[in-house]
Amino acid sequence: MSYIFRRLFFYLIAAWASITFNFFLPRMMPGDPGVALLAKLRGQGDVRPEAIQAMMKAYGVSDDPLIIQYVDYLKNMFRGELGISTSWFPAPVTQVIGTGFIWTVLLMSTAVILSFGIGSLLGVIGAWKRGSWMDNVTPPVFVFLGSLPYFWIAPLLLFAFAFHYNWFPARHAYNTDLSPGFYWDFFASVAFHMVLPVISLLIVSIGGWLLGMRNTMITVLSEDYVTMAEAKGLGSREVMFRYGARNAMLPTLTSFGMSLGFLLSGSLFTEMIFAYPGMGYLLINSVRNLDYPLMQGLFLMITLAVLLANLIVDLLYVRLDPRIREG
Amino acid sequence: MGSAIQTINASGQTDLGQMQPTSEPDAPLRKAKRASGFIGLLRQNRKASVGAVIIVFFLILAIFGPYIVPYDATKIVGRRHEAPSMDHWFGTDGSGKDVFSQTVVGARLSIATGLIVGGIVTIVGIIIGMSAGYFRGKVDDILSTLTNVMLIIPGLPLLIVLAAFLPAGFWSIVFVLSVTGWAYGARVLRSQTMALREKDFVASAVVAGESKPRIILREVLPNMMSIVVAGLFGAVNYAIGAQAGLEFLGLGNPSNISWGTNLYWAQNNGALLLGAWWTLIPSGLCIALVAFGFSMINYAIDEVTNPRLRSQRQTASILKGQPGRIRSSRATPVIRDESEKRG
Repeated sequence: MSYIFRRLFFYLIAAWASITFNFFLPRMMPGDPGVALLAKLRGQGDVRPEAIQAMMKAYGVSDDPLIIQYVDYLKNMFRGELGISTSWFPAPVTQVIGTGFIWTVLLMSTAVILSFGIGSLLGVIGAWKRGSWMDNVTPPVFVFLGSLPYFWIAPLLLFAFAFHYNWFPARHAYNTDLSPGFYWDFFASVAFHMVLPVISLLIVSIGGWLLGMRNTMITVLSEDYVTMAEAKGLGSREVMFRYGARNAMLPTLTSFGMSLGFLLSGSLFTEMIFAYPGMGYLLINSVRNLDYPLMQGLFLMITLAVLLANLIVDLLYVRLDPRIREG
Repeated sequence: MGSAIQTINASGQTDLGQMQPTSEPDAPLRKAKRASGFIGLLRQNRKASVGAVIIVFFLILAIFGPYIVPYDATKIVGRRHEAPSMDHWFGTDGSGKDVFSQTVVGARLSIATGLIVGGIVTIVGIIIGMSAGYFRGKVDDILSTLTNVMLIIPGLPLLIVLAAFLPAGFWSIVFVLSVTGWAYGARVLRSQTMALREKDFVASAVVAGESKPRIILREVLPNMMSIVVAGLFGAVNYAIGAQAGLEFLGLGNPSNISWGTNLYWAQNNGALLLGAWWTLIPSGLCIALVAFGFSMINYAIDEVTNPRLRSQRQTASILKGQPGRIRSSRATPVIRDESEKRG
């Protein structure tokens, strides 16, 4: 139990650190982004004075000492008050983020699960058949694919399969002629729009899982209990999965949590290139429009989502590895 | 000579067969010694040589590139989006500049960013990681919490937010990439330092009265050079990719010429919609090749330091001189040289 509490404490520190970073960012930077922001906000016309007041506080355009500003800022955070988006004026930041959240989660989880599954399976098979053609071909191929810059391979896929061959849709998360809802046509359209983005993510991310799994699997396979299992005459599939892969899985699972951050970074480019309306797409657009409140709100939301995902992985880990519970 | 003995000469070939008639018993031993170092093992590794060739090629390009290009990369020298031809090997971009020249010139800024950031990140990683691992206790608690927080905060959103607040330019990008990139190396170095500080040679240095910085830098650090070097290559890789990514998103200075800005302009001029694939392919492929080269060297370092990862094929080729077939097994391949065998 103490393990979970320690992890929980760590995630709280990480969350606090990113909130504090968000607070100091506009205050430390040259060129006083707060003043520019307020000018922009006033230029939008009809803004409630309280809203202006709140923004002034959030961006340090205030005569209060820093510590009071900080406390006010934390209070606002806890109330979920992230300010007003200037590019989606007058929508509050939280509402704008809400529109993108579900799409990012959907795209990400599909890509992560597929890439983890396929990569690990290939790694297990490669380690089992050391020196076979598969073991000689798959690692270098996927390592090469993994070193391709994502923001390069994705536009090429888009060009080839959406523009040149016209097989897949080029943008958005679903056919905009359909209204979102719980019916078959809509789900089919969502899945169809996901194909290209997910494939592009798989191309660059499978290699990491494959190598990680292959390397731990090789170590595990030289353990005595594997030899023992073989000596007992168990079927090779049983030895491979129940004795080998199951134990090799644990170390890769720890990197699973950390890789979520990496994959999320990839998904920023995915969403931009495929115009997929998730949080990454919003983030890029907020940067282009210099919409600082939305940008910072998104950064915070993305970070908190990654922290939460890691916490879930930790809980899962305790469930899978009983040794952790005592330690 | 039927047992598993082998000698490796400096050029990396196994030549037990030719060695047999030698009358001097010392000759194979000396040869084995020469190649037994870390660098020697790396030189025999095919992955490492492939990686090194690629990296050296791009380093030469980065240094001499601007002097050998056919056109001035900043000048308009043709029509817009001209397809590749004898005049313009890689065609022209959306404003009529020569893509080949831009690609070659772009190498300099991209690789310079990579090397500078890689260096900074590695030094910061060494300082933080090794202090945490060596001093332990409170220092470790604080430093490793800091490291882990940096690791868990998603990198690219952090990069984007930081870069959006800073003025666009080369040094802003170097700063941003250094701030976000040091944590991974620090974590690896910390655990390695923790393992090494328990060794006898550290204890003897402490007894001899050496100062702590000296023990860390002169006793512990040289013993984990392979990890440091692997970390450096990884960091250079990260920096080249991330810089290109930021520039692709428009967060760099678009008037500089680098692989990232080339891709930015390709995307912004709608190259793909017009079918001008040649503006996008070269710069991206260069980034990919550099990344591939560094990864190859790193996998080779991995294989050399962890013998279990050496492939069956390599083992087989090492043992080639031996009569009879080697039974396929999953056991760790072990290389012995003659001196060990006799002793």
